[in-house]
Amino acid sequence: MNLTRVAGLTRRYFYLYRSSMPRLLEQLYWPVVDLLVWGFLTIYLQRFEGTLPNFLAYFLGGLILWDILFRSQVGVSVAYLEEVWSRNLLNLFVSPLRPGEFLLSAMSIAVMRVGFTTTVTLVIAWGFYGFNAFVMGVWIAAFMVSLILMGWSMGMFISALIMRFGQGAESLAWGLIFLVQPVAAVFYPVAVLPPALQHVSQVIPAAHVFEGMRQVLDGAGPPLHHLAWAYGLNVIYLLGAASFFYYTLAEAKREGRLLRVGE
Amino acid sequence: MPPPDAASPEPAAVVTARGLTKRFGATLAVDDLSFDIRAGEMYGLLGANGAGKTTTIAMLLDLITPTSGEVRILGERYPAGRERILSRVNFSSTYVSLPLRLTVWENLRVFAALYSVPRPAARIEGLLERFEITHLRRHRVGDLSSGQKTRVYLAKALLNDPAILFLDEPTASLDPDMADKTRRMLEQTRAEQGTTVLITSHNMAEMEQLCDRILFIDKGRRLMEGTPRDILTRFGRATLEEVFLDVARGGGRVEEPA
Repeated sequence: MNLTRVAGLTRRYFYLYRSSMPRLLEQLYWPVVDLLVWGFLTIYLQRFEGTLPNFLAYFLGGLILWDILFRSQVGVSVAYLEEVWSRNLLNLFVSPLRPGEFLLSAMSIAVMRVGFTTTVTLVIAWGFYGFNAFVMGVWIAAFMVSLILMGWSMGMFISALIMRFGQGAESLAWGLIFLVQPVAAVFYPVAVLPPALQHVSQVIPAAHVFEGMRQVLDGAGPPLHHLAWAYGLNVIYLLGAASFFYYTLAEAKREGRLLRVGE
Repeated sequence: MPPPDAASPEPAAVVTARGLTKRFGATLAVDDLSFDIRAGEMYGLLGANGAGKTTTIAMLLDLITPTSGEVRILGERYPAGRERILSRVNFSSTYVSLPLRLTVWENLRVFAALYSVPRPAARIEGLLERFEITHLRRHRVGDLSSGQKTRVYLAKALLNDPAILFLDEPTASLDPDMADKTRRMLEQTRAEQGTTVLITSHNMAEMEQLCDRILFIDKGRRLMEGTPRDILTRFGRATLEEVFLDVARGGGRVEEPA
C-alpha cells in the first residue's frame, strides 16, 4: 500500500469537487430534500394518528403521478444529454434543425418514456395493491397531461442549465426536480406545509395536480379550480423555459460554449 | 493542383468573411480576418494550435457568434438565412462523433431526415457503396475502427449533397493508408460533384496535395493567403512543413503585399 499514491488520487477528487459548484451542492442536496419530504410526511401522519382515510390511494396515486412528472422531465433533459455524451451535439447544431424542433423531439420521446413507465406502474399498483388509478375517472388524464407539461418545462430549463454550466451539472437532470417535491405536496396536503411554503406551492403546477387528486379520491367534486391553476401555470412555465433555452443557446454561441461541450 | 487558368473567369465566392473578429473576454481568438472561398475550390486553413482555425470554422457554421465582422455563405447571412445555409452545407470533424450505440444505417437515416434528403434509402446506399462500408451498415458506430468511423462521418457529411463541405482535420488519428484513401475519396467527391471544401489539417503534405489555396493564420490574424506554391515561394521554403515551423517559431513572418 503506497499512501502517497492514495493521497495523490484523493487530491485529484478534491480538486474536482473544489472546482465544481454543482458537485459541491449535490453533497447537501439529497439530505436536505429527503429531510423535508419525510419530515412533512411524518407531521401529516402524526396528525391522524394512524387513522388516515384513503391513505393507500393518496400514497400510490401520488407515487404514480409523481413518476409521470419525473419521467417527463428526465426524458427531455436526457435527450439533450444523450447528444452531449455521444459528442453529437455539433452535428445537430450545424444541421438545419431548429432549436424548437430539437425541443419538440425531446418532448416526444419524453411522452413515449412516460407512456411505457406509467403502463407498468399502473399494472403493478393494481396487481399487487389492488389500487386502480382509474377510479379518478377522466381526471387522471387531465392530471397526467398537466404533469407531462410541467416535466417538459423543467426538462428544458435543466437542459439549458447543463448547456450553461457544462456536463459537470448533469446530475441536475435527475436531481433538480426533487427540490420541487416537498412543496409539490405529493404525499401530503399543502396544508401540512408551513405558511411560507404554502405560498410557494401555489405557483407549482404539480401541487395543484396532487391537491386535485386528493379532492377526486375524497369524492369532493371536480378539481376544476386546481386544474385551471395547474394549466395556467404550465403555459407560463413552458414559455419561460423555452425562452430561457433559446437565450442560453444564444449565449453559448457568443461564449463559444458549444465547442466545449463535455467539460 | 494546378493554379486556376488566368484566362478563365474566376468562379464566384461561395464563402465570404469580412473583418471577422471573435473576442472571448480578454482573449482575441480571431482578429479582423477576411477571405473568400470560390465555388469548387479546396481551401485550406492552416495555423498552429490556438491560431483560431476552429473558431473561424465555428463562426462560418453559426456555432459561434462573431464579435464583429460579416459572414456570407452562398450569398446568405446568419441568423436570417441559417436554415437555407445549413441545408446546403455540411461538416465533419474527427473530434465530433455520431451516436455510438446506433448502427451506421440508423445514424445515416437520422441525418438524412434532418437534412430532408429525398429518397434517403437510395442516397444512403450510394454513399455506403462509395465509401466501401456497405458491409458495416448494421454495425454500431461504437464498434468501428477509427478509419471506418471517418468514412461513416464523411458519408454523413455528403448526405445532403452539400455545396460546401467543412472538414476539421478529417485524417487526424488515421494511419497513412487510411489517410491516403480518405484524401482520394475527398478528391473524387470534389471532382464528381464540384463541392467546395474548406479543410483544416496539421498534415502539411496533405494540405499541399489537396488545396488550391491556403490561408495561413497566426494568433487569429491573417498571415498569408495563396496557392501552396505561392506560399513556398514567399517563404523561400521547400515544404509547407518548413513554412509552418517558421511561423510557429516566429522566424518566418511575412507581410502580404498591400
